[in-house]
Amino acid sequence: MIDQPATSISRQPTNAIGLTRSDYRGAPSTLCQGCGHNSISAQIIAACYELNIPPDQIIKFSGIGCSSKSPTYFLGRSFGFNGLHGRMPSLALGGLFANTTLKAVGVSGDGDTASIGLGQFKHLVRRNLPMVYIVENNGVYGLTKGQFSATAEQGLNLKREGTNPYLPVDICMEALVAHATFVARSFAGDPKQVKELLKAALSHNGIAVLDIISPCVTFHNQDYSIHSYAFGKDHEAALHEVSYVPAREEITVEDFEEGTVREVELHDGSVVVFKKLETDYDPTDRWQALRMLEEAERNNWLLTGLFYLDTKEPSLFDVFAMPDYPLNRLPESRLRPSRESLDKINSMML
Amino acid sequence: MSLPQVDLETGTRSKRDPIVNNFSISISTVNGSGSATANSTILRALFKMGIPVNGKNIFPSNIQGLPTWYNIRLSKEGYLARLDNNDIVIAMNPTTFAREQQSIISGGVLFYADDIKFTIGRDDIISYAMPVKKLTKEANVPANLREYIANMVYVGVLAEMLGIDLDAIYQSLDLHFKGKKVPVDSNFEVVKSAAKWASENLVKKDIYRVEKMNGTSGCIMADGNTAAALGAIYGGVQFAAWYPITPASSLAEELIQYLPTLRKDPLTGKTTYAVVQAEDEIAAIGMATGAGWGGLRSMTSTSGPGLSLMAEYLGMAYFAEIPVVVWDVQRVGPSTGLPTRTSQADLTFVNFVGHGDTQYIILLPGSVKECFEFGWRAFDIAERIQTPVLVLSDLDLGMNQWMSDKFEYPEVSMDRGKILWEDDMDKLLERLKGAEWGRYLDIDGDGIPYRTVVGNRHPKSVYFTRGTGHDEYGHYSEDPEVWERILNRIRAKFTTAKQYLPKPIIRKNDGAKFGIIAYGSVDPAVEEARDLLAKAGILTDYMRVRSIPFAPEVGEFIKEHSKNYVVEINRDGQLKQLLTLETPDYATHLIQTSHIDGLPLTARWVEEQILAHEG
Repeated sequence: MIDQPATSISRQPTNAIGLTRSDYRGAPSTLCQGCGHNSISAQIIAACYELNIPPDQIIKFSGIGCSSKSPTYFLGRSFGFNGLHGRMPSLALGGLFANTTLKAVGVSGDGDTASIGLGQFKHLVRRNLPMVYIVENNGVYGLTKGQFSATAEQGLNLKREGTNPYLPVDICMEALVAHATFVARSFAGDPKQVKELLKAALSHNGIAVLDIISPCVTFHNQDYSIHSYAFGKDHEAALHEVSYVPAREEITVEDFEEGTVREVELHDGSVVVFKKLETDYDPTDRWQALRMLEEAERNNWLLTGLFYLDTKEPSLFDVFAMPDYPLNRLPESRLRPSRESLDKINSMML
Repeated sequence: MSLPQVDLETGTRSKRDPIVNNFSISISTVNGSGSATANSTILRALFKMGIPVNGKNIFPSNIQGLPTWYNIRLSKEGYLARLDNNDIVIAMNPTTFAREQQSIISGGVLFYADDIKFTIGRDDIISYAMPVKKLTKEANVPANLREYIANMVYVGVLAEMLGIDLDAIYQSLDLHFKGKKVPVDSNFEVVKSAAKWASENLVKKDIYRVEKMNGTSGCIMADGNTAAALGAIYGGVQFAAWYPITPASSLAEELIQYLPTLRKDPLTGKTTYAVVQAEDEIAAIGMATGAGWGGLRSMTSTSGPGLSLMAEYLGMAYFAEIPVVVWDVQRVGPSTGLPTRTSQADLTFVNFVGHGDTQYIILLPGSVKECFEFGWRAFDIAERIQTPVLVLSDLDLGMNQWMSDKFEYPEVSMDRGKILWEDDMDKLLERLKGAEWGRYLDIDGDGIPYRTVVGNRHPKSVYFTRGTGHDEYGHYSEDPEVWERILNRIRAKFTTAKQYLPKPIIRKNDGAKFGIIAYGSVDPAVEEARDLLAKAGILTDYMRVRSIPFAPEVGEFIKEHSKNYVVEINRDGQLKQLLTLETPDYATHLIQTSHIDGLPLTARWVEEQILAHEG
């Protein structure tokens, strides 16, 4: 049984597996108008469509919060699980063992990941579960109406909460320190970069952390804050231009100049192309990534790009030597040991 | 226990009959001194001699230095409960020497290491000093191993003085060291030299001895955690997540031990399971819930403090209808409590765990053999009812060595419940004649919907799972009617569930005066107490409850008996509380008979409580 393309007679374009963009859409969003999360959902749809991923071969996960509601707004033909606050990582880890051939996209928020779920997040990262882990980061709790999150900058003023006294958690730094193998930051107002990063993340055989600054237009969109559209538009500094080139496609980067482009091949043969902008940056150097993030924080830059990529570290499923067929389809004959083996066990029980 | 007559003046043997294969031995050592090897060697040797025997480790929450006891009970009648007095004490720990002496019955025996400089304050016991240091020094072992080998001295002395077969001891050592000749031989040398020393230097003044008998044939010796792990393996466990906690850790560790051998895919030779040590119990249950949702036979194992952390995900698994098995090997709470002592005090917590209206299936194994059986059966029930199944064991059952009937191979095929793969979905849709399938739609009228799992490629199979309000199709809903309808439908599953759950074991006697109700590891104490009561002319009926929701038979039993003693190890009479809710009209038929001091119940305590009440 294979997903059939939509049978409508419309002339919607289709991708290589015969599906239209609509086949990747979800239910209409119930988030606020202008919410950055909606624009990220749109890029998830675009990336999966363009990568020709069958919707039944990808699973969606989320925790609790505005961001975590969004998985119903994309990939309506994929299985999904909207779990508990801060507990998406454990749920996803168990769920993916059921069928290790599937891809996964998890959507979390800054409250869900950097506060209540910081422990699970870091442990998921160090286990290198192959999944895309998106943090839709707006520095504020939206669903409970505007409290500070752990990524809110010190000194931030919010209407009902006053001034934030604490220093922020930097999700990319946390990911790097926990040995994440793919760490990127982007801005919901930069859809092209979001999409390219999503595509690379979906091809990565390991945990891919995408911290996407996604302004909350209702409770926290103050121009001076790093989590606002205005700030992002004015201060976004891309570390490099990231392009994703699928496997078996020729790499043709415009303005190609010797020494200005760096390529990293992913597990499935696709390639991430980093086009150098101002700084000379090695995306395979974890130490440099941390230093760059530190510099960005000191200078109040919204630095975006793929900060770190390690394609050599085995994924969790490599470590467990999981078979390349789904565990959840194994019949009893392959799960229950023989009667004779129990006789032997009984004879050993003393 | 009859008091033997001993002539201490002349040091002559008792004129009373010898006590054969029917007494208790308590071995007192310092934690971390390697006594476990010596103790299990004695236990196994006795078992090999065909003597029904049981070993209980009363140990501290400590790695090294605090006192620990190992209690062995030999019972030719096959009684397995703890005894609260000791016939024989082996004292290797100076700090508890005074206390040890007091625990010995009159006419009992004290073996002690001769370097313990305390006076023996009892003149009604027989004592033998053992030159532990001397014999250890003479043994041909490296100095760093001397402390460990020291315990073999009491093995040898005891063997000589009681008549434990040295061949059986050799076989036990061989089993313990997995046939490794060097440790087997070096330990056995010490045993032999100690036995020789005893035969040359000690005069037998006590009346205790062992004899070969035929009381263990067809039996095994195992602990409940190993049994549970093996049961899970034969139940096809595919995913286990856990976090270390006493007394549950060994359950997961036994999975890790046995799975690689037992569970290679017969077609490909590849793995058919995964065991993940989580960062905490919240993650362990989260992982297990995710795997259960994904269609794997999934479990976690923990104890009270871990279960407290699992409340959140259990509530979600209940409401989102996800099969997952949770073993709670109970220890003493509240709080950190007594981590290395046993209890049955998690029952009401487990029954009500989770906010909102929740309910759980609870299995209550009462023996090692049942730990194996419920190990596999729990998956069948969880997948059939699509809900968490909590299995309540305890430290006594889980970690102590029990003589048991052999593990029985499951005689029924796995029940994977109402799971739909591509072809199943086609068939169901045909049956529905144009109506839609919904994940939470009660198609059969038994409260149990059909479920699909990830990777299913049927275009109609996809749904979205959430812990928020949802309708029959899994769509988000805040509609008051939908909420109530879904919640009531989930409750209906638990009525359906009863037919799949283990029934209570009921034993009746003509002329019984009252009933006794119990569950779990107190079973041997209750059975023995019933025999004691019967000897005193008081016949009893007994019901051992094995699952919740309670079977109809449970209510009937309570109704039939105007008095039911509900025997359990906790302060508040938790089983009695749940039974009261089950049969409110007969609440006065229930008598709380509970007690908690961290130790397994004794038959004597049960007997005394009942006699006190019966007047």
